[in-house]
Amino acid sequence: MIVPSIFRERWPVLLLGLAAYVSTFLFLHLEQEWEIALLLGIVPLVLYIAKKSGMSAKCRQAVGVAPVFTKVVFLLSALALIVTLRHEHFALLLLATVLLYATISLGLTIQFGYAGLVNFAAIAFFGIGAYTMAVLNQSQNGLPDLMIIVIGGVVAALIGSLLILPVLRTKGHYAALITIAFGLLFRSFLEVNDILGGPQGLKVSGLNILGWDFAQSFPAILGGGSFYVSYTLLALVLLIGVFSMTRLIESSWLGLNMDSVRLDETASASFGINVARWKIMAFTVGNFFAGMSGALYASMSGFVAPASFNLSDSLLLVSIVLLGGMGNAVSVIPAAFLVVVLPEKFQVIQEYRLLLFAVIVILILRFKPSGLMPRPLRRLINTSSK
Amino acid sequence: MTTNALTAKNLTVSFGGLKALDGLNLNVELGQFLGLIGPNGSGKTTFFNVLTGIYKPTNGTVLLGETDITGATPNQIYEFGITRTFQRLRLAPTLSVLDNLILGNQRNLHLGFIGNIFNRKRLRREIASQTEQSRELLGRFSSGLVSKLYEPITALSMIDRRRVEVCRALISDPKILLLDEPSAGMTHDETSALMNELLAWRDQHKELSIILIEHEMDLIDRICDRCVVLNYGQKIAEGTYQEVANDRMVREAYLGED
Repeated sequence: MIVPSIFRERWPVLLLGLAAYVSTFLFLHLEQEWEIALLLGIVPLVLYIAKKSGMSAKCRQAVGVAPVFTKVVFLLSALALIVTLRHEHFALLLLATVLLYATISLGLTIQFGYAGLVNFAAIAFFGIGAYTMAVLNQSQNGLPDLMIIVIGGVVAALIGSLLILPVLRTKGHYAALITIAFGLLFRSFLEVNDILGGPQGLKVSGLNILGWDFAQSFPAILGGGSFYVSYTLLALVLLIGVFSMTRLIESSWLGLNMDSVRLDETASASFGINVARWKIMAFTVGNFFAGMSGALYASMSGFVAPASFNLSDSLLLVSIVLLGGMGNAVSVIPAAFLVVVLPEKFQVIQEYRLLLFAVIVILILRFKPSGLMPRPLRRLINTSSK
Repeated sequence: MTTNALTAKNLTVSFGGLKALDGLNLNVELGQFLGLIGPNGSGKTTFFNVLTGIYKPTNGTVLLGETDITGATPNQIYEFGITRTFQRLRLAPTLSVLDNLILGNQRNLHLGFIGNIFNRKRLRREIASQTEQSRELLGRFSSGLVSKLYEPITALSMIDRRRVEVCRALISDPKILLLDEPSAGMTHDETSALMNELLAWRDQHKELSIILIEHEMDLIDRICDRCVVLNYGQKIAEGTYQEVANDRMVREAYLGED
């Protein structure tokens, strides 16, 4: 049998893509608790065997050799996931939520993982984007919905740049406290604000982009499916854009300076690094991502209310970054998946599911403190090879 | 006639009631290698921290050539061309040797957001030229270190870390280099090797003035053109090493003789 030469070294990448597809599909598709529990046992076992047999090393090497190919493979597995789940509302809603949470987590990766800025108000910036969508979408001002998503990001970034002023004057725990305070303040503000609907919140109509009505079922001509297919696709596009941006930042002087600021502010300042500038940049970009994600979320869920923007959600987002591996942009995607999907799938233990989830997070951080996928040594874009 | 590269006049720094520097007058001539010595707590590192803008002086002025740089921020100090090393190494431990060096060369990087994200061609060019420059500078110090360009600092030996820190301070081609006890944590021979490399580099950069804080007296004796001795934030002696070593006040400060 003749194997095209392009696949000879790259088949581990295909295997990886297939494994990602199968495992995520099963997690989203299966509904019985025992099935999920079984899966939770099998996945680490498979990973363990892969590691012992040298398969993981092979995969890592293949990914390193063919980065573009890898991206294509994973994009295709994501699309395959959406296609095969296209009639399942709940699975798609979960998947879209995973994508949006991963988007916010990339913002946190820039803030927390690169520049070392703790942000416990991520969900507030997500909420600012959501409310921006709710308000602008209602008022029939003729703004295209895609633009409102971007505006949602801009508004979050602008409000964030006010919050950064007190944050810059403090360090460590105190900066964290300021962001916690802001998150709580944001929720209370929404609850007492009648224009923004008070505790009941606001209704948001569905997206309509270039005549494509997101509230309708997915067009039959493209295979049909739940209306969530459109939202999931758009969330995927947003994630890809934000992911690329994050990688561009990381591999340039921007990421290098942010890393330096995180590691040692005093030494950085002695080498002409403007510490405040890099913190402001990281904070603004991160909140921009969260705001866009929130705007899309608002139109997908059809309403916004203060109750969706709790401190616990911010903590969940921070735990995604910690669980995945601080500063590793790739890791937030599987981590967001675990954090969003697992609690939903263990409905049977109801109020204890968050407890179980917390135990899993603690165990992972205890035994793998740098996260599931620790950040590799940073590299600027490679100019030496080729 | 000699020109002063750096002049401190009546420099005073108080922390509450404690005067870490007390009316210090000190000057470094252009191209001079000045040794700064004194017992622990005599104000040497404080002096560096004031020069680099980490502390603000309570009183007094600092001149770089003819320019008044008193109270400038650390960023401005770097722009003026004063760089330093730290007594306890302050490299970015999890970054590569190359990244650490490039961080010292801020002045020559394009740091705009849009440019970094969208003008990848220019970024690539800059990375290539920075890599070349780092390679060349490191090569002057240690050829073995050049092959470790992409290794993290944590993988290096103490002397290599010191080399990287000195190179980070030199890569932007400063006017004044401040070395805060580079021998800390190294053997006598290692310190000697590093200093010889530095002297060789300085032979081609005659304009560079260096202030060295050091406790190893024979090192000071061997490489410094002039010495200043501090005690309790005040200058108690200056001159060649032989002159200050025989100074009565210096012997008192160090040995408690009376």
